[in-house]
Amino acid sequence: MMDGSNFDDALTGEQKIRNFNINFGPQHPAAHGVLRLVLELDGEVVERCDPHIGLLHRGTEKLMESRTYLQNLPYFDRLDYVAPMNQEHAWCLAIEKLTGVEVPRRASLIRVLYSEIGRVLNHLLNVTTQALDVGALTPPLWGFEEREKLMIFYERACGARLHAAYFRPGGVHQDLPDDLIDDIEQWAHEFPDLLSDIDGLLTENRIFKQRNVDIGVVTEDDIQKYGFSGVMVRGSGLAWDLRRAQPYECYDEFDFQIPVGKNGDCYDRYLCRMEEMRQSVSIIKQAIAKLREATGDVLARGKITPPSRTDMKTSMESLIHHFKLYTEGFHVPEGEVYCAVEAPKGEFGVYLVADGSNKPYRCKIRAPGFLHLQAMDHISTGHQLADVAAIIGTMDVVFGEIDR
Amino acid sequence: MTEALNELGTYIEAKRPDCVLGWDVTHGELNVDVAPANIAGLAEFLTTDSTTRFSTLVDITGVDYPGRSKRFDVVYHFLSMYQNHRIRLRVSIREDQMVPSIVDVHPSANWFEREVFDMFGILFSGHPDLRRILTDYGFRGHPLRKDFPTTGYTEVRYDEVEKRVVYEPVSLVQEYRQFDFMSPWEGAEYILPGDEKKD
Repeated sequence: MMDGSNFDDALTGEQKIRNFNINFGPQHPAAHGVLRLVLELDGEVVERCDPHIGLLHRGTEKLMESRTYLQNLPYFDRLDYVAPMNQEHAWCLAIEKLTGVEVPRRASLIRVLYSEIGRVLNHLLNVTTQALDVGALTPPLWGFEEREKLMIFYERACGARLHAAYFRPGGVHQDLPDDLIDDIEQWAHEFPDLLSDIDGLLTENRIFKQRNVDIGVVTEDDIQKYGFSGVMVRGSGLAWDLRRAQPYECYDEFDFQIPVGKNGDCYDRYLCRMEEMRQSVSIIKQAIAKLREATGDVLARGKITPPSRTDMKTSMESLIHHFKLYTEGFHVPEGEVYCAVEAPKGEFGVYLVADGSNKPYRCKIRAPGFLHLQAMDHISTGHQLADVAAIIGTMDVVFGEIDR
Repeated sequence: MTEALNELGTYIEAKRPDCVLGWDVTHGELNVDVAPANIAGLAEFLTTDSTTRFSTLVDITGVDYPGRSKRFDVVYHFLSMYQNHRIRLRVSIREDQMVPSIVDVHPSANWFEREVFDMFGILFSGHPDLRRILTDYGFRGHPLRKDFPTTGYTEVRYDEVEKRVVYEPVSLVQEYRQFDFMSPWEGAEYILPGDEKKD
């Protein structure tokens, strides 16, 4: 045919280009864990992206069905291991909602304090490693130094740097010593300096901007269709924050701003995270001021919490209660609840079905990263291969919570 | 909060009487029981109607009740960022029944439905790509069903001779122990040794 409809006959075999499939991960350093992406590339442009998840699946939900409510608590540290206490919070709230337990004020403030420390922990890791993904080495070194300090605060409160098991149904495990509160306050005064250092490294950095501005743009429609939450929503200009919209704990008495982006790209989300850290520091300072006034118990003493040590030494009933609590566990009345917290990554929810026994009948963990990663195909299509790393970074995926 | 949810429940029932089998507000949350055939239609109605405007799909999950004739509950959670309220839809199905997929209404349902299929073996009709998602390639069984043992059926290890990962049936050195410390005098229905001869 010489009508010009067939151009290919003049091409050599090498010139006949077909799309190229590559495997991104699961051992790629920018995959943030064990993500495997099957990418179909046309040249350097992503045509299709199929995430394969489940490489870190541990069957948490199945395991939880054969353990008591209290034994299940530490599993939540292992979900999003970047900010462990925020996950425990959702679990405790779900149990408290079903049992109708009021958390004492001091415990509530400690929870807020440590949730915000968790938020800073998470955002520090996310902002700096995303910078690493796009080529900057210094921010993670500086950021991890600060994370170290925060993990020491975790350690001083509960004895563990990561797997805290500190929030308990009915309060928190132990009271904070005064000098720890002083040290956190001092840290809260010093931290903004480091934040402005990182800010100076990244915000106006030419390479950082070239890699992030107008990359991975998320519109309001995408947000609703793909079920985004957290910074993925706020980066696109919607001031949606569960701490403000559906206040839990005592967030309604704190004064904080919700930063929103304008363009919904990776760069705006970075700016949101930076500002959220500043807001968290302000919440931490307010919580410390309130903590100094709120003295009292940190556990709602009752059926679901252990008796105090002094009671145990003097009262037989308390000793029996302690023994039964840590062997049999407490019973949660029949019912189903969904409790969500504004975890650093977005809405982290627990759907708990209780059958009145000492073990949950069914517990579904709703992780924000699961939905964010699901939209990977939609967001990365049409971007270049190098942008995939920036998009994974900005989505803030952690496989502990996605694979469960 | 509860009055608003009551109002919302009444509204949905009045608008879609054919879909809603029943509704209640417990623990400050609105639950609606839905007939399986109508779930996609109701999800679309909830998304588009200006009073409900449940724009975001929060979660889809399943619950297994082996004792019931309608064995599974498929539970949907929706959130409205505009009206700031939540809803839970429950669909009860038999083991051999399929649920219509809501991927056309909410693309985010895609992975959730894959997960429910993976974990419970519930099929979603009209789903574009119903593969397993969390379990291993070539996994058999549906782990979150109550009749699936926590230990599973297969285990993997690296075989030094064959130089590859091999799958073997689970062999436990000791029986998997289910610690059950429920009090014999409160709550639990215990049959103590010898008690079965009581009557």
